[in-house]
Amino acid sequence: MTTAAAKFKKDVRRVTADLRHRRIINTALDGYAVKRDQKKSLFQDWAEARRLAAATKYEAINSLDRCLEQFARGLESRGAKVHWASTGQQACEIIVGILKERNARSVVKSKAMTAEEIHLNEALARAGLDVVETDLGEFIVQLRDEPPYHIVFPAMHLTRGEIQETFRKRLGDAPSDNPEELTMVARRVLRQKYIQADAGITGANFAVADVGLISLTENEGNARLTGALPRTMITLVGIEKVVPRLEDLALFLPMLATVGAGQLISGYNTLYGGPRQPGEPDGPEEYHVVLLDNNRTRLMADAEKRDTLHCIRCGSCLNVCPIFRNIGGHSYGTTYCGPIGAVLTPVLRGLEEWKHLPYASSLCGACTEACPVGIDLHHHLLEHRRAAASAKPSWWQKLAFKLFAPVAASKLLWALVTKSGRLGQKLHPIVLGTRLDPAYVWTRTRDLPPIAKTSFKEWWRRTRS
Amino acid sequence: MTERENILSRIRDALRVPARRPLGMTETPLPKPEDHRRVLPKVGPSESDRLSLFASNAEELRARFVVLPAIEALESEMRSMRDAEGWTRVASHRGELTDIACAKLGIPVLLTDGGYDKNDLEACQVGVTECDALIAQTGSVLVSSRSSGGRALTVLPPHHIVLARRSQLVADLPEAMALVRQKHHPNYPSMISIITGPSRTGDIERILVLGAHGPKKLTILLI
Ligand code: SF4
Repeated sequence: MTTAAAKFKKDVRRVTADLRHRRIINTALDGYAVKRDQKKSLFQDWAEARRLAAATKYEAINSLDRCLEQFARGLESRGAKVHWASTGQQACEIIVGILKERNARSVVKSKAMTAEEIHLNEALARAGLDVVETDLGEFIVQLRDEPPYHIVFPAMHLTRGEIQETFRKRLGDAPSDNPEELTMVARRVLRQKYIQADAGITGANFAVADVGLISLTENEGNARLTGALPRTMITLVGIEKVVPRLEDLALFLPMLATVGAGQLISGYNTLYGGPRQPGEPDGPEEYHVVLLDNNRTRLMADAEKRDTLHCIRCGSCLNVCPIFRNIGGHSYGTTYCGPIGAVLTPVLRGLEEWKHLPYASSLCGACTEACPVGIDLHHHLLEHRRAAASAKPSWWQKLAFKLFAPVAASKLLWALVTKSGRLGQKLHPIVLGTRLDPAYVWTRTRDLPPIAKTSFKEWWRRTRS
Repeated sequence: MTERENILSRIRDALRVPARRPLGMTETPLPKPEDHRRVLPKVGPSESDRLSLFASNAEELRARFVVLPAIEALESEMRSMRDAEGWTRVASHRGELTDIACAKLGIPVLLTDGGYDKNDLEACQVGVTECDALIAQTGSVLVSSRSSGGRALTVLPPHHIVLARRSQLVADLPEAMALVRQKHHPNYPSMISIITGPSRTGDIERILVLGAHGPKKLTILLI
């Protein structure tokens, strides 16, 4: 077993047994589901909206070279500097380079999963820069030295009590466990940071090709402040974030908010097109946009999996996934968790090391149904399993099927096995839950479904006669 | 070769093999604004439909929306908010409506137009701005660095007051996007923002808290 797989197994075992964790996540996600459905019902035709969104992303990704060139040209015409990074390391070097050149010390950052993906914070810290996450959830997990738990709700696994404790330890300020008061503590601390910061770093939700604008979605106003006050602004964006036209946002902004957070539209949807323009009173003197590949072109080269680049990182597939709900976001051990993480990670970081993730699915298809851009998620999970199995078949699976084949092929053997199975199940309670139980690996954490009292064949024979 | 060329050539190589279209579609033409309008939440055809939809959206978002009968009512509305909240410093920018709104407040007004000190702006309790449009479908306000006093004025002060004319109320998002293009293409302001309600967060136990980083209060005065 690979190290990632071993760690996954260990974490999963711990988290699934943690009933408190399950309660917190279920409460949060049940509340989300109610709001999401309510907002979805405001749409005149959600199924058609999904088709339109999928068609739009299909066009963007399948003409990505042209879209990116157009996008860069638009930005450059307004004086923004566009950088291209093939790897995460290159992107980190570019960003550190910009900051060093400007003698920047303190940096404010608004939520960006791409930054998590390339471990930007660590690179900035190594370069001696002081980085503060400004999104409240990210700020909390940063204080706790944890990665975000969920791609949209980074601190959803924490209770107000735990957050109070974190604030008391790290900030020396936590008047109560009231969410409003805790939020105000963060507001006070971060206000000063914005004003002092030399540079602001953001992610992006969409890169609008035909006009050369970045689109950023948030609720708190932290990205707005990050883009308003510091002298230098940097946006890190994955090359797949493209939509072809400005008009497409009229569809994507409300869809993202609806399935992402159960809102019709998020609090702030902001377009950035360059540094401060002539006649404008404020804004950064310099605007840098870093376009990141980091194996996205590898996903693209596999035409079968290319649609995974349509992902708008709404988090909806995580929210509906029964496995995510039980094993939690941290168990995946990856930047992108849940079904989309289980599809992306084996390609981005290697199938051999991460092939256990595609098995973290019941293949129920809830993710595929929830995806606003129609990515065939559970199909991709199955494909990964097939690839993993044919690359390196496991000996016990091969053996199991070797034994199974002759049994299934012979009427007599089959009847014998099912009959003795039924008998065996009657005696099962004697050893159930103990090490003597032959099905222990299964029954330790699960119920064993009873074998039907009559088989279909027996039933058929009886009803026909 | 530069990284730009490297990335673009990897993309071009990859795209030689066509991908299957999503959701079983056989063709995927780019949707038009009419297509978007057919699927997005419905907005009634008349002006009063737009007004009442905007009002109910604003209420749900916990923004205050007031329709003023005439421009003359603006001064007195501003004064009564000043007294109720005890403002001592206001920030704003030059504009037809903002000039009237701030003229007779009798307290210092910081104008952002020619640049400003960040700490001074932070010390203001209110930011008074104009806007590009109001969007009925979502209860949103469309602002930009050109129309609304820069980037920070609409987000730094704890109370944001937006002044709009009746003619600025548009029906839906497709109309708002068309307006942005028609007004600015290709010289877009460096920032355009669709603001929907006061700043909010649900990051602590998914409980709604207003005023996470941006304004705790959003007031929209329609004249
Ligand atoms: S795969 Fe689909 S549902 Fe999952 S995060 Fe991406 S867009 Fe959302």
